[in-house]
Amino acid sequence: MSTAIIAIIAVGILGALLGVIIGVVAKAFAVEVDERIEEVTELLPGANCGGCGYAGCADFAKGVVSQSATPDQCPVASPEDVAAIADYLGIVAEEKDKMVALVRCSGDVPNTVRSLYNGVRDCRSAVLVAGGAKGCDYGCLGFGSCAEACPFGAIEIKDGLAIVHKELCVGCENCVAACPKDLIIMVPEAATTHVYCNSPEKGAAKRAVCKTACIACRKCVKASGEEDHMEIDGFLIRTNYENPPGPELVEAAACPTTALRIDTEHAKGAYAGESK
Amino acid sequence: MLSEFLVITVGAILVNNFVLSKFLGICPFLGVSKKLDTALGMSGAVIFVMTLASLVSSLINSFLLVPMKLEYLQTLVFIVVIASLVQLVEIILQKLSAKLYESLGIFLPLITTNCAVLGCVVLNAKSAPESIQSTWYGATIYGFCSALGFALALILFSSLREKLDLADVPEAFEGTAISLVTAGILAMAFLGFSGLV
Repeated sequence: MSTAIIAIIAVGILGALLGVIIGVVAKAFAVEVDERIEEVTELLPGANCGGCGYAGCADFAKGVVSQSATPDQCPVASPEDVAAIADYLGIVAEEKDKMVALVRCSGDVPNTVRSLYNGVRDCRSAVLVAGGAKGCDYGCLGFGSCAEACPFGAIEIKDGLAIVHKELCVGCENCVAACPKDLIIMVPEAATTHVYCNSPEKGAAKRAVCKTACIACRKCVKASGEEDHMEIDGFLIRTNYENPPGPELVEAAACPTTALRIDTEHAKGAYAGESK
Repeated sequence: MLSEFLVITVGAILVNNFVLSKFLGICPFLGVSKKLDTALGMSGAVIFVMTLASLVSSLINSFLLVPMKLEYLQTLVFIVVIASLVQLVEIILQKLSAKLYESLGIFLPLITTNCAVLGCVVLNAKSAPESIQSTWYGATIYGFCSALGFALALILFSSLREKLDLADVPEAFEGTAISLVTAGILAMAFLGFSGLV
């Protein structure tokens, strides 16, 4: 019994002694920290997503206070948040368009040719085995490496296809870095109508492996007329995000493969198995 | 006397290298060895903390724990001592040399829970030769040399990894996989020293 008491007292004294020493030294060697850094950290969303390029919100706040970064570089903060930070620091905030992620593929399981893949359920592993088990070499593999990378749960895998829920997306670009196929790009939130295909192959080759590929028939280009909404890029039509089309173009163009879609319809998975 | 210390030095740096033959401190060995610069920073921090921790722990061991027959509390007490030591060093460093503090950055707090540091002081107290166990300067020299061994392994490995970045590695081996293979080969190379002492 007495040995236990001795042990408790000895270790207790040692701990208390060390604690007192640390406390005294911390007081004696206290370093003044700019209190604005803490305030700005408070005002930031605290998602620590790294979308700004800094190592977390506290580091970004340091950058903002030292004026090597501007508050609007935070992709998560709403315009009000940015305004509040700018107001606190007495600087002028710039307005900028919000960007969201777009997965440029519509090849879900019912519409594509796939071989059997039994390996690790991760896109970056799958792509090491002959570029993935999909017939199309450019399409979404659907194992959800992007969904895993998303700190906000904005990407869902539906029928083996990554779908962005744009109301949840804050534009941190973590998914862009995660996709081994470089399928994900950032587009203005205001754009609603996209070409969900990224394969530069010829139309016939694409159709052989995917029912919903863009075959560059140019119906959408013609339907947009003089407006320049769509850009021709070899055997692929891309949306011109300098001047994006409205949802009425889908109706007007009557895309034969449904590669041209409205994002909300795409997110619902409304096209699955429906193509002609 | 002198030959004894020579044995300790060679033994700690080459033969019983902490990383490559005792497999302690593997986390920083793999984690901060991507660039030579960070590896040098980490090595400096480890050498500093390990030497200091060996000295203080050996003093506490021989003047507090052994006389009071509390040897069974060694691990517990050593962890507390190392943690507060690192904390103290951090606070003082931040005030006195902000530049060094910035360059060591996250490595200093990381060392608090580094098994190489704890392993070194526990080995000092338990299974080291008599010359190390009984004297504080023996323990300090052993701690310093062990940390030098750690630094040697870390710097060698980070230089190898910098070269590997330029090499044409098969796609499936890229990144961590080839690093682990390299670490294994490096450990086997260090096995060659085993007859020295």
